[in-house]
Amino acid sequence: MKVLVPVKRVIDYNVKARVKADNTDVDLTNVKMAMNPFCEIAVEEAVRLKEKGTATEIVVVSIGSKSCHEQLRTALALGADRAIHIDTELNLGSLQVAKLLSKVVEEEQPELVILGKQSIDADNNQTGQMLAALTNRPQGTFASEVVVEDNKVAVTREVDGGLQTVSLNLPAIVTTDLRLNEPRYASLPNIMKAKRKPLDVKVAADMGLELSSKINLLKVEEPSQREGGVMVESVDELLEKLRNEAKVIA
Amino acid sequence: MITLLVAEHDNSELKLDTHKAVDAITKMGGDIHVLVAGAGCQSVAEHAAKLQGVSKVLVADHDLLAHGLAENLAPLVVDLADDYSHIVAPATTTGKNFMPRVAAALDVEQISDIIEVVSSDTFKRPIYAGNAIATVQSEYAKKVITVRTAAFDKVSETGSAEIVSLEAVADAGISNFVKQELTESERPELTAAGVVISGGRGMQNGDNFTLLEGIADKLGAAVGASRAAVDAGFVPNDMQVGQTGKIVAPDLYIAVGISGAIQHLAGMKDSKVIVAINKDPEAPIFQVADYGLEADLFEALPELETKL
Repeated sequence: MKVLVPVKRVIDYNVKARVKADNTDVDLTNVKMAMNPFCEIAVEEAVRLKEKGTATEIVVVSIGSKSCHEQLRTALALGADRAIHIDTELNLGSLQVAKLLSKVVEEEQPELVILGKQSIDADNNQTGQMLAALTNRPQGTFASEVVVEDNKVAVTREVDGGLQTVSLNLPAIVTTDLRLNEPRYASLPNIMKAKRKPLDVKVAADMGLELSSKINLLKVEEPSQREGGVMVESVDELLEKLRNEAKVIA
Repeated sequence: MITLLVAEHDNSELKLDTHKAVDAITKMGGDIHVLVAGAGCQSVAEHAAKLQGVSKVLVADHDLLAHGLAENLAPLVVDLADDYSHIVAPATTTGKNFMPRVAAALDVEQISDIIEVVSSDTFKRPIYAGNAIATVQSEYAKKVITVRTAAFDKVSETGSAEIVSLEAVADAGISNFVKQELTESERPELTAAGVVISGGRGMQNGDNFTLLEGIADKLGAAVGASRAAVDAGFVPNDMQVGQTGKIVAPDLYIAVGISGAIQHLAGMKDSKVIVAINKDPEAPIFQVADYGLEADLFEALPELETKL
């Protein structure tokens, strides 16, 4: 079974995003970048499927400028077999990304596509579901468990009230939630080996798709800051304040 | 201009997320129709018909729609889309699941998680885990939008819309519901509760959450947790408050043994009153708390419960 894992280069999880002074966007100049954490979980899940003998080949794909080779090499070091870079300098929306990925799906015919549920920059939570729509495949979103069996995949999903399990016909699309697995670190020998694994480059503009976005980013601002309040000395004082000052309890 | 809102419900009960999404749509202007898609969901439709501002309720009542499978729900919404300028759903796990499938089928870019309506085509939404707020404008004739319900108020139930039944639901035939394990609780749901009390890594283990439960029962509160507490295995993920969990904005939020990582603050900073109880005076949670109590939670919580 072939597994396709799209990965995204984003601001490092530990770095706090700063808004540009002219309010046009977030300032990413000289900011540490990394693989989106939910994408790391997706790569890890694919690697575990390969270790179990379920997956036979793992292809990773990333869309963006040449700098995303760094994240593709990381995925190769973690156990992916080959990589595809779709080269573009455009700032794409989830729909355009899903369209490009659907072309890759058409070409590669993976039985399973595993994606992160959302990227920690745009926080859209759309790409996997859109890819499922465009390829007319079933979707198992926010997965906390993935079991492949007899041409089907059972996906346990993190839903608001608890957990829901769905059974999807393969080929299918899965998006990862946090508890699906704990990604491993790449070992040094594997990082060295990854440098020799194949990485193909395609040009997004040559893929015959309309890539311009019709959502205009008008402004980016800092969120309103909450002012800190007062320290209280005791439980009694806290209750007194909540009852008489804030009036939120009886 | 007419908006189609896809209601959030569990076939027996209409969720407050729907009431709050109606508030958001009211700010966009135009008529509001609500789609109740489910199985045995007539009572939900009758409830939805009372929401102030709603002029029509469409009911699609069919076993295939019982569990909100995106593969069956999305085509139903897409089929209705012609008549509408806006298609909206609350950004619950159900809405987040099926709405992008609707958007892609309509060849429209979705705007996720709006927290403010600027005009009928312009909205504010958090990006970078809430560290920035983007104002975005959609040029599409049809807007596909999910609403972060914690940012809006619930509308009253003083209306009386007509209810129309829809026929013909097709089975996409590519997915099946297997089972559901929902957390049983007598307490209110996190996103609907007026008071929320949450525990973090400082709780030390899952058993100690009983200290929060006693207080929650006295206050009629929901019990939440930080991601650190979930990652440590103290409590299940559906209790998580934060950017990757639930977004809440109750009248009173009590954070116990929670340091206050950005990730957590993104999920609760719009609460009206925030109380923090932590033994570390340097904990960042104190910078956003209206009332901070520097104390050992194992002493403060029993005292608080007794004195409530």
